[in-house]
Amino acid sequence: MNRVFLFLPLAVFVVMGVYFALGLREDPSSIPSRMIDRPLPAFDLAAIAEGEPGFSNADLDGQVALVNVFGTWCPPCEIEHPMLMQISRSGRVPIYGVDWRDEPGAGAAWLARNGNPYQRVGDDPDGDLAFELGITGAPETFLIDRQGQVRFHHVGIIDETVWRDTLLPMIEALETE
Amino acid sequence: MIAELGQFALILAFVVALFQSVAIFAGLRTGDAVVHGFARTGAMAQFVLVLAAFACLTVLFAQSDFSALVVAENSHTDKPFLYKLTGVWGNHEGSMLLWSLILTGYTAALAWSAKPVEARLISLTFAVQSLITAAFTAFLLFTSNPFARLWPGPENGQDLNPLLQDPGLASHPPMLYAGYVGFSITFAFAVAALIEGRVDARWARIVRPWALAAWTFLTIGIALGASWAYYELGCGGWWAWDPVENASLLPWLAGTAFIHSLRVMEKRDTLKAWTILLALMTFALSMVGTFLVRSGLLTSVHAFAVDPERGVFILGILIALIGGSLLIYGLRANLLKPTGLFSEISRESTLLVNNLVLAAACALVFFGTFYPLFVTTVSDETVTVGAPFYNNTFNPMIGALLILVPVSGMLAWKRGKLMPVLKDLAPAGIAALAGAIAAFWIADRGLVAGALGTALAIWVGLGVLTDLAKRFKLGQIAFSASLARAARLPLGIWGMAVAHFGVAIVVFAITGVSAWKQEASAFLMPGEHLDIRELAITLDDVRQYEGSNYIAEQGRFTVRRGQQVVADMTAERRLYPVRGMSTTESAIHARATGDVYVTIGQPSPEHGWPVHVYLYPFAVWLWIGSAVLGLGGLLSLLDRGRRALAAKPKVKPVIAEPAE
Repeated sequence: MNRVFLFLPLAVFVVMGVYFALGLREDPSSIPSRMIDRPLPAFDLAAIAEGEPGFSNADLDGQVALVNVFGTWCPPCEIEHPMLMQISRSGRVPIYGVDWRDEPGAGAAWLARNGNPYQRVGDDPDGDLAFELGITGAPETFLIDRQGQVRFHHVGIIDETVWRDTLLPMIEALETE
Repeated sequence: MIAELGQFALILAFVVALFQSVAIFAGLRTGDAVVHGFARTGAMAQFVLVLAAFACLTVLFAQSDFSALVVAENSHTDKPFLYKLTGVWGNHEGSMLLWSLILTGYTAALAWSAKPVEARLISLTFAVQSLITAAFTAFLLFTSNPFARLWPGPENGQDLNPLLQDPGLASHPPMLYAGYVGFSITFAFAVAALIEGRVDARWARIVRPWALAAWTFLTIGIALGASWAYYELGCGGWWAWDPVENASLLPWLAGTAFIHSLRVMEKRDTLKAWTILLALMTFALSMVGTFLVRSGLLTSVHAFAVDPERGVFILGILIALIGGSLLIYGLRANLLKPTGLFSEISRESTLLVNNLVLAAACALVFFGTFYPLFVTTVSDETVTVGAPFYNNTFNPMIGALLILVPVSGMLAWKRGKLMPVLKDLAPAGIAALAGAIAAFWIADRGLVAGALGTALAIWVGLGVLTDLAKRFKLGQIAFSASLARAARLPLGIWGMAVAHFGVAIVVFAITGVSAWKQEASAFLMPGEHLDIRELAITLDDVRQYEGSNYIAEQGRFTVRRGQQVVADMTAERRLYPVRGMSTTESAIHARATGDVYVTIGQPSPEHGWPVHVYLYPFAVWLWIGSAVLGLGGLLSLLDRGRRALAAKPKVKPVIAEPAE
């Protein structure tokens, strides 16, 4: 057997070792979603403030929409927020919010302060819905089609690039379906 | 006091392991005979010391001593006693200690069972094994000390993750670890063989039981993990291709390839360098499985602590052990010269194909698991690789491999004839085709996948039976003579047949639960019902009660087919106030033909309770099939291979060792 060939496993390992060493400094936020092409679980969340509507499956009926899981305790959500406001102002797609594991009233106060990009916001204080959705951290966003199926699951912040290159083309495709 | 005793035992274990490893290497170089004796005593000492440390930690958990940091973080006085004990390994530090305990347990088992043959090989194996032990006890002591104190200790602990309070989960890590760590012995043997520059059928015979033991544990461990996910996670997802699950599948695939190529090496003295490489890779993947996943490189924030210091330490260990062994492999593997030749149509060649496919499948899963990491490392993009990727790549590969299973078992070693084998298997082939058509006809969903899965399961199952019937000469000679032949059949062959039959069962069950599953959900008020297929599931009432450390809401359901009551079921949602977490306790009505699976969610005042119903056809066969698979491993493990020795006068010296 060619002797050089026997060092191939070592070479492969060294290359991977370099990646892992680099990867250790990265944020471990990407894991595959198990929600893709499955209907959203049945849910009916209470409102985050008195007198406001809650959020349930029925609100999503027949439209392409984004469902964004956020929390006021989550710094990346603050970073993401202006982008959601911008999408909301453009009126391109309705955004629904799930307020995950917040203190009572905190979500409403936070939205009053920063602006509210959501059509409706549901309160998920115990993380029941978030658990069923397989949420691992906030913010995470689901793209829902007209049949209420999850078509895309974005983990992490939606920024200009994600919106322009990923979400917008998918939304356009789904609207023509 | 107890914590300090445990700490002391752990430090001693580290010192003994380090000293032993160095002493053996040095002793073998100078040809000192004492090292062989010391190797065994040292192995026993390591085990006793780590066992003492583990016992101390167990006592700390049993007594709820919250001045110990891990106990305070992971236990609670209200927790059921059994789960206090399982809490020992329900956290990072404790699970690492368990890992080390099993590691030294295997070393001690080797010391206890090894016959006085191949003394150099065995001593070298101890040296490598002790080096691994030294590395991991150092990891425990320096970055994950299970005996760290918290002073003053808090009033009460912070509970164990309620999801982990489940008998399936409690028994699953020890099983899984027994599998992962078992491959350390075969790794150590492989490195020892490389250092010796010699590997032969005798090596394969010594290593075989260890490889099979580890493989059997890993198989059972994966099945327990899958059943935990199925019963506890509340959506019947038994396999989601998530990184943690893939981490256990990787060494399983490599280990499966390893036990097959080991067989080739034992019988035919060939595929040597490849077998050694598989032995190295299997343990490498086991370590990657336990540590990279746990280090926070891939897992979610919910898993064990993300700690860069630990990550770097683990990475150092992995680079030293895997990189070091692969370096030795590169330097020495050319010394391993195969002697047995074989033609393209022979059992060797089919097993080689088996190996290549399993290795490719393993590479594929590895790629799928780590690709997102590679992409995030080199760019800012985030990608996810989900079930569709594996369904389109992994499944066809394994499907093609399964076609080969019955053929391989019936082909002769060295040079086989394909036509007679195919003729014998024709009935199985026709039955598989008929099964596929029937499945296509009966099912109303998952048509192609269902038909293919059914056909494969029948083909493998009947193929195995055909193979056995042929070995018994069933129908060709008197029935009693066939029985006598069956009784004389070596356990290894029985093991192979049983394991392959287990594969057939698992394949059929997987087809059922994935291709033919159905789900429906709706909001129900008591008295209302939900229809799925021909079943109507009525929510009878909902009541609340208080458990030992949780509050539960319990929904009672009646399942009817037409007017006939099929089952009464109770599903729960539990809230654990200490952690502020809730879990679902799904109601499962299991029958041989499939499970009805019901969960209940958080109610809304206007609409009632969200109820989710799933139908999982043939789900119970997943667990039965896995058990059969494990039984096959166990049977092969018990085969001492005496017949193989007697049949081969070429390896005469070996006959002198009766018990091997």
